[in-house]
Amino acid sequence: MATKVFMEALSPTMEEGRLIKWNTPEGAAVRSGDVLAEVETDKAVMELVARGDGVLRKQLVAEGTTAPVGTVVGVIAAADEDIAALISGAAAAAPAATAVSGATAFAAAPAAAAPIVATSGPDTPVSTGPTRSSPLARRLARASGVDLGAIAGSGPGGRVIKRDVEAAVSGGGAAAVSSAVSRLPSTVSVPGVDFTDQPLTQIRKTIAKRLSESIGPIPTFYLTAEFDMTRAVEMRAQAAALGDDFKVSFNDIILKAVATALAAHPEVNAHWLGDRIRFFNRVHLGMAVATDDGLIVPVIFDADQKGLRELSHESRELAAKARERKLTPEQYTGSTFSVSNLGMMQIGQFTAIINPPECGILAIGALEDTPVVVDGAITVRKRLRVTMSCDHRVIDGAIGARFLQDLRRMLENPLMLVF
Amino acid sequence: MANFDVIFVGGGPAGYVGAIRAAQLGLTVGVIEREGLGGTCVLWGCIPAKALLESSHMANRLKHAAEFGVKVGDITLDFGVAMKRSRDVSTKNSKGVEFLFKKNKVTWIKGTGVLGAGKTVKVTTADGKSETHTAAKALVIGTGSRVKGLPQAGLELNKTTVISSDDALVLEKAPKSLAVVGAGAVGCEFADVFNAFGTKVTLIEVMPRILPLEDEDSSAEVARSFKKRGIDVLAGAKLSGAKAGKDGVTLTLEVGGKSQGLVVDKVLVAAGRATNVENIGLKEVSVQLTEGGFIKVNDKLETTAKGIYAIGDVAGPPMLAHKGEREGLIVAEIIAGHRHHPINYGNIPNCTYCHPEVASIGLTETQCKEKKLDYKVGKFPFSANGRARTAGETEGFVKIIRDAKYGEILGAHLVGPHVTELIHELVVARENEFTVEEIDLAIHAHPTLSEAVAEAVLDSMGKMVHA
Repeated sequence: MATKVFMEALSPTMEEGRLIKWNTPEGAAVRSGDVLAEVETDKAVMELVARGDGVLRKQLVAEGTTAPVGTVVGVIAAADEDIAALISGAAAAAPAATAVSGATAFAAAPAAAAPIVATSGPDTPVSTGPTRSSPLARRLARASGVDLGAIAGSGPGGRVIKRDVEAAVSGGGAAAVSSAVSRLPSTVSVPGVDFTDQPLTQIRKTIAKRLSESIGPIPTFYLTAEFDMTRAVEMRAQAAALGDDFKVSFNDIILKAVATALAAHPEVNAHWLGDRIRFFNRVHLGMAVATDDGLIVPVIFDADQKGLRELSHESRELAAKARERKLTPEQYTGSTFSVSNLGMMQIGQFTAIINPPECGILAIGALEDTPVVVDGAITVRKRLRVTMSCDHRVIDGAIGARFLQDLRRMLENPLMLVF
Repeated sequence: MANFDVIFVGGGPAGYVGAIRAAQLGLTVGVIEREGLGGTCVLWGCIPAKALLESSHMANRLKHAAEFGVKVGDITLDFGVAMKRSRDVSTKNSKGVEFLFKKNKVTWIKGTGVLGAGKTVKVTTADGKSETHTAAKALVIGTGSRVKGLPQAGLELNKTTVISSDDALVLEKAPKSLAVVGAGAVGCEFADVFNAFGTKVTLIEVMPRILPLEDEDSSAEVARSFKKRGIDVLAGAKLSGAKAGKDGVTLTLEVGGKSQGLVVDKVLVAAGRATNVENIGLKEVSVQLTEGGFIKVNDKLETTAKGIYAIGDVAGPPMLAHKGEREGLIVAEIIAGHRHHPINYGNIPNCTYCHPEVASIGLTETQCKEKKLDYKVGKFPFSANGRARTAGETEGFVKIIRDAKYGEILGAHLVGPHVTELIHELVVARENEFTVEEIDLAIHAHPTLSEAVAEAVLDSMGKMVHA
């Protein structure tokens, strides 16, 4: 008598599991209770045990594959039993098992065509089917140019409803361009070289699902830090003294530092793509520019590869073009992380809204003379407050904090930017 | 002394529905109710009032029976009989709830409850005995509300000449003359009933129009119909004096800057309800109230005391049975640890069962104007609807207010035959965010009153067919 091996619900909230490793090879004898495989659930790695005696005749899913609870993943039977019918039946019944066995699984899919899947509602697993939405939400989305598929629904069963679209639209300039930004021009990205797609681990999925339920489509948290810019101010003055060719703005120095820090922290230089996270090995830095028509975010491509002078020149040119409305779509799509600076308007500190599918944006405040305690004495220093908005589905608190730590080191020791 | 998972204090529509659902979800449930099951709704509100309105509607219809080829002899009206029938209907409904309790193994603890520490309730039963019950998981307060009269205007309820709706429901006969103070849903319904039973009715409203919460068009349509039937409608009338005697009441009113007197047999005070929050131990268990006198709850219906919930009228406006029932269902699901769909308080229908009936959902046109919304109105009169003509009930209209750009149904206001039933097409539409286009796409059967909804929708899109 053959026994089907099911993907079992190994935790109360488990909806699917990822078979990490088969412990029993095909053809090996097993007894009820033997550990057949290791399965990663939404909480932990658990053991899948045999529920019958015999030989593990067939492994129906490969290692690294995610399968919904209830999927037949293997067959235990007597060595000479005919299990052909069982296997074909299981194969027909298990189209939902999706192979996400590694980064290369997505390499074949061109980036531009990669579907962006909405995280479905509380009760339903992430689905790749057409997004569920109300007629009104569809109409609103069409009129405001928002991609319904990029919105997490808060209605029954994860249905996208009016308030979800409104929330996406009121994301401001950022959300308004989201549909454009959500696809990278294929010319600038080579899968496996320029970025790495990482399938979501179960714990990542749980974090994403739970936090989105809690605070909306993008579960954002904010990290604020105050940097001492005294040395950066000195450096800028010294550079300016060398002549016009060396004049740069504070914003340029900050852009350079952010780009350099991002190169060292691909974990915050990422896109949330619904069913996976894309970590970029190249830094395409978006810089928010206010224009008469509203916010637009031109991109400095490969910002980490550029020297201060080049960066300064390019950022000035992009800002000017943005104000003249002369930016081409290529110039405002494809950013991997963004910076928004309101320091020139004497804003001490603020929070910026994430430009999806990016996962972070850094809000730069004004450079201010601030009394601080250095070596036990009160002294006046140039201080800068920055706030990083982080998409918690991708960036955890400590990860964002480590990025800011590195950014601090660079801005407080601007000599580092030369290396 | 008994232990339950959940104890509901109050067996009205909020409490009894919540109790049944909680039992269905596997919890042991006790309900403390001193009167009959079903609360104000079943015993002193929705149900008996609607039974009387059927009587008044039949009386009015019979006046036109001859036109339909049905000759009836002299019509005699007997309010006492109508009243007794309405009491029977109430009792039957209350017994129905008792049956549902038995079926679902919900225990009715007959008595008055006072909350105590540690989720206990001390109950004094009808025969004066005292017993304490404990809830392991949660206590739910659904003690409802009561009529309160207008003592500040000299209208202290006295059960004879100054009466509440509770008293009106058990009158043996219709008074010769009656002033109804307050022209909300309750006031309009009783004005309708007593007018049909031959009472000279004056309907008094301090706001500039009757049914002040409804759309202005709805108010005007009902006022027109009432006046036609001989109800004296005084809107924008301020009550400046009241003197209740043994056989009648003298009222002094300010209408349009002029003072006028009114002498009536009885005054029915149909304004103002008070929540039942006194003497149930709320303070002792740290359940706080809002400034408006409701129990303070969060969006999970939790009060300020851990493990104690509040639902229905005590938990805040609108004081409607169907709002309470939904809160009862939701609270049961929350307590049982189930997922629940949050209540959409912006999509609760309002129904007034006078004739013509009034029903609405969403924003009024005035509210749309105040919110500076870009909207379009579609309106279709029942006088142009085939089915309404066959029934000889052609008063009223369907009015649809839609968003000009996206077609969202911002509000719907209906006056006319059976509109308290018709409204639900629009409630479902709004709940699912259907726009006017989806209503238009749905084929409406002919001939039905529902076609008026479809036509009003078409009118809002500028393509009405039948008018």
